[in-house]
Amino acid sequence: MLQLSTRPGRLYLPSLTEAPRQGRSLLSHSLPSPAASPLFHPRAPHNHTCWQKRGLQPPVAPQHPERTQKRHGGLGLPAVLASRPLHGLEHTSPYFCKSKEAEIKRINKELANIRSKFKGDKALDGYSKKKYVCKLLFIFLLGHDIDFGHMEAVNLLSSNKYTEKQIGYLFISVLVNSNSELIRLINNAIKNDLASRNPTFMCLALHCIANVGSREMGEAFAADIPRILVAGDSMDSVKQSAALCLLRLYKASPDLVPMGEWTARVVHLLNDQHMGVVTAAVSLITCLCKKNPDDFKTCISLAVSRLSRIVSSASTDLQDYTYYFVPAPWLSVKLLRLLQCYPPPEDAAVKGRLVECLETVLNKAQEPPKSKKVQHSNAKNAILFETISLIIHYDSEPNLLVRACNQLGQFLQHRETNLRYLALESMCTLASSEFSHEAVKTHIDTVINALKTERDVSVRQRAADLLYAMCDRSNAKQIVSEMLRYLETADYAIREEIVLKVAILAEKYAVDYSWYVDTILNLIRIAGDYVSEEVWYRVLQIVTNRDDVQGYAAKTVFEALQAPACHENMVKVGGYILGEFGNLIAGDPRSSPPVQFSLLHSKFHLCSVATRALLLSTYIKFINLFPETKATIQGVLRAGSQLRNADVELQQRAVEYLTLSSVASTDVLATVLEEMPPFPERESSILAKLKRKKGPGAGSALDDGRRDPSSNDINGGVEPTPSTVSTPSPSADLLGLRAAPPPAAPPASSGAGNLLVDVFSDGPAAQPSLGPTPEEAFLRFVCKNNGVLFENQLLQIGVKSEFRQNLGRMYLFYGNKTSVQFQNFSPTVVHPGDLQTHILPTKRVAAQVDGGAQVQQVLNIECLRDFLTPPLLSVRFRYGGAPQSLTLKLPVTINKFFQPTEMAAQDFFQRWKQLSLPQQEAQKIFKANHPMDAEVTKAKLLGFGSALLDNVDPNPENFVGAGIIQTKALQVGCLLRLEPNAQAQMYRLTLRTSKEPVSRHLCELLAQQF
Amino acid sequence: MQFMLLFSRQGKLRLQKWYVPLSDKEKKKITRELVQTVLARKPKMCSFLEWRDLKIVYKRYASLYFCCAIEDQDNELITLEIIHRYVELLDKYFGSVCELDIIFNFEKAYFILDEFLLGGEVQETSKKNVLKAIEQADLLQEVKKVIFKNKSFVT
Repeated sequence: MLQLSTRPGRLYLPSLTEAPRQGRSLLSHSLPSPAASPLFHPRAPHNHTCWQKRGLQPPVAPQHPERTQKRHGGLGLPAVLASRPLHGLEHTSPYFCKSKEAEIKRINKELANIRSKFKGDKALDGYSKKKYVCKLLFIFLLGHDIDFGHMEAVNLLSSNKYTEKQIGYLFISVLVNSNSELIRLINNAIKNDLASRNPTFMCLALHCIANVGSREMGEAFAADIPRILVAGDSMDSVKQSAALCLLRLYKASPDLVPMGEWTARVVHLLNDQHMGVVTAAVSLITCLCKKNPDDFKTCISLAVSRLSRIVSSASTDLQDYTYYFVPAPWLSVKLLRLLQCYPPPEDAAVKGRLVECLETVLNKAQEPPKSKKVQHSNAKNAILFETISLIIHYDSEPNLLVRACNQLGQFLQHRETNLRYLALESMCTLASSEFSHEAVKTHIDTVINALKTERDVSVRQRAADLLYAMCDRSNAKQIVSEMLRYLETADYAIREEIVLKVAILAEKYAVDYSWYVDTILNLIRIAGDYVSEEVWYRVLQIVTNRDDVQGYAAKTVFEALQAPACHENMVKVGGYILGEFGNLIAGDPRSSPPVQFSLLHSKFHLCSVATRALLLSTYIKFINLFPETKATIQGVLRAGSQLRNADVELQQRAVEYLTLSSVASTDVLATVLEEMPPFPERESSILAKLKRKKGPGAGSALDDGRRDPSSNDINGGVEPTPSTVSTPSPSADLLGLRAAPPPAAPPASSGAGNLLVDVFSDGPAAQPSLGPTPEEAFLRFVCKNNGVLFENQLLQIGVKSEFRQNLGRMYLFYGNKTSVQFQNFSPTVVHPGDLQTHILPTKRVAAQVDGGAQVQQVLNIECLRDFLTPPLLSVRFRYGGAPQSLTLKLPVTINKFFQPTEMAAQDFFQRWKQLSLPQQEAQKIFKANHPMDAEVTKAKLLGFGSALLDNVDPNPENFVGAGIIQTKALQVGCLLRLEPNAQAQMYRLTLRTSKEPVSRHLCELLAQQF
Repeated sequence: MQFMLLFSRQGKLRLQKWYVPLSDKEKKKITRELVQTVLARKPKMCSFLEWRDLKIVYKRYASLYFCCAIEDQDNELITLEIIHRYVELLDKYFGSVCELDIIFNFEKAYFILDEFLLGGEVQETSKKNVLKAIEQADLLQEVKKVIFKNKSFVT
């Protein structure tokens, strides 16, 4: 004590100046002073009386060091010890130390002291033990490491003095490590307390299990706790603790918690009279029912009736469970949460009661508030938002959905930032429901305004998310342009995400692709640094695949490159596009080949190695496209700065391209430097990137994505072979000059006959397919939707599909027939040149397929126009280290979008005559490949998709059908007639449609079926 | 709820409660990152933010920030009121609670929290019931203290 007052200087040091602020009441003005409500303080003589005044007087006021000491028993002393003067405790006041160093010094001194006490010969009594353990805790909570004292804390657990036990448990809870010897001792103490039948001790023990929640504790107690939970004689407080303790153990190790007859009794805790028990039990049930929905199904009706009682109760009915005039908000939210684990109740009465509840909550939102306190509105709105979540989860009550949307619309303009934030967030999910999508769209102006004016970046981000979610073809242009405008001033933290979103929307809803190209180039101009490789790779893929936009793209990039300062990404895109399609604008003297070249070359020296490598490839392509530039370009390549470049990649390119251009004949050059074939269509890598970004630890995931070679490889995921592994930069492969050629889609002219089970030369020969050849299998699918598409000794691919109007959904099942895991398993859907269907893989397939396992892939298909060539499915994986690859035609043919049409004979003939132009008709006479059975033929025609019309053809042997092919762009009416000739074993098939290629194509397809 | 942190305006951690198993290193990293993020926010900003794959709900009371990390499907507003109810409990127990109460009576702050929240879920929302539980414990302490004092008196 004396020591302390002799060196008061230590106590006044800078951090002291903070003391008055720290001493301010947290709830100033909001609650009555303790003096006015002494009810809860009679038993706490320790320091309450004196702390009360602290608001005005710093506890360690320098001018009264002695008084301070008297009151607190030393500074920094944990209050539990303050009731008794103790020696040497001034050392535990590092909180007030001048510097970090001084604090550490003091702490170390104190730790040494405690250590010596623990190690000393004299056995410590419980009180001192508690004191030192408490000090250690205090030091730990100040942020210092504690590596001893565990044993002493464990000893405290078996004390019969409550406070000693309590401190022991607190130490274990805060500072437990999986020291196995100690765990056994701890568990022993807990076991004793659980068996003590003293509810206070039982609760302490349960709290400790819940706080630690380790597997060892689970093993020791998971079986006991359910018993305590449902025992008839357990006190309410014990039940509550047991329920949440069990929840924690279940979350940590679900396998350890046995389900049993207690589960039914847990559900009935929802009916318990004690609201606290219900509150705890709902959390447990919500967690358990996710794994075993059927075991807990009875909870639905119990939860609904409980909820209904709460919602309809007056604000005073529930006494202490009413919070700022809101009856039981926590319990209500938890019950609504529980109901979201299940589909809408099947029982009509229960459902009716629930809908009534939901309506009541929505109605209450319109009532004037019962209090002006923010707590009242928060509690009320917490229930409201949870109700809306439930309505969205059910997604079946259009009326409620629209009401929810209107309610959120009101919040969008609320003065509370929190509510605006939540309304934007909640509306995002509402936007994906077909019932409320349109209603959400009406708020577009408010949301755009939020994006522009909100002062808080997290709210702006929600607004951007919502714009992304509500975007469709009708408002894409507006939303994309607003997001682009926002991008100019957006916070750096979210720029990359906005760039990705704009890129995706522009691609997804592009009506004309020139708009798409403009948008992406704008992105590069505004936020070039944030345009990731995925984004600019994608624009190259799309331009390469769509010849209607190539000329426009070349012209636009040429103009963009003329800006005095343009982003390096622009140079990359420009270089690539001009190298491929520069010839399309070469006719204009303003963009003649030499002009194009000198424009690109003017950027060359300012660019990074990767970009320069790309430009070198562009130059060699120029030599092929524009022979007149050959001399200039060869000069550039020959320059010492290229041929002797320090960078080995640039040097190699310069040498190789120079030699290639001098030795190869024009024909060879033209072949080697041919325009890139279309890229295989697959899930947009941008979309995948956005998903990754949203994932945990967005930052690190991003970096991982960059390192992952397969996500960068736009050449169709070719396995890196030893020869390409050394590629220094991903962009170096862009022109495909060095890598294996991409699995080029077959040219349309090669017709339906060629099916590729293409095998890369570096892999072993693919296993021959079993059963029908893939081509036969494909043909079988013309008249059916489900079955096995492919099977060999490794892999089986099954198909289930359904089509309605111009939409379809296809489930692909990949079964691993071996006992070895397939690695890098990647099925991708590829479009041949004339893509007119749109396939969006909705789900990524796991990269590993275990032996004997099956994975599923879902494709959503939209038929935009009539099309002839089916999409291709290419499957790649590694089996036992060897790359495997195969390409199959997906059984999506134009007839899948048939809608059968019934019509009378008269109508039929009238239409038949209307389609009398020679090119509208296709006819084929062919030999029967299968026995001629009228029933089988009928089934095939129906499977083909057309309606069968009876009593139309005068010859009853003949078949007549009609249908309409539904595509997004147009409808094609089709009429068909099949005339079997049993004697000759021949058929004559005639098709008339309003479009010539469709007639021929359908005729081809159908003829192969008989 | 995954964890709850109380820290001062100066960034000093005053109370930490973790409901998910994490190593000390991770805990320290998370704390450092979050304290920085939250302290950098301006007063009128909204009380929620996305952080990693969690939602952070925070509120400032005088010099102390109360900060909870909840999962995606958890309700933000009710979490805000969890914080408020906890402050109310502290306030009622300590009487005009202030940061120093929590520093020096940290064990009480933990005990109250354990009665209110367990395993990251609300256990008991009634102020009366929570404080009754703590009071009972305090009474046990009192009884013990009396015995103790008597003893020392005798000797």
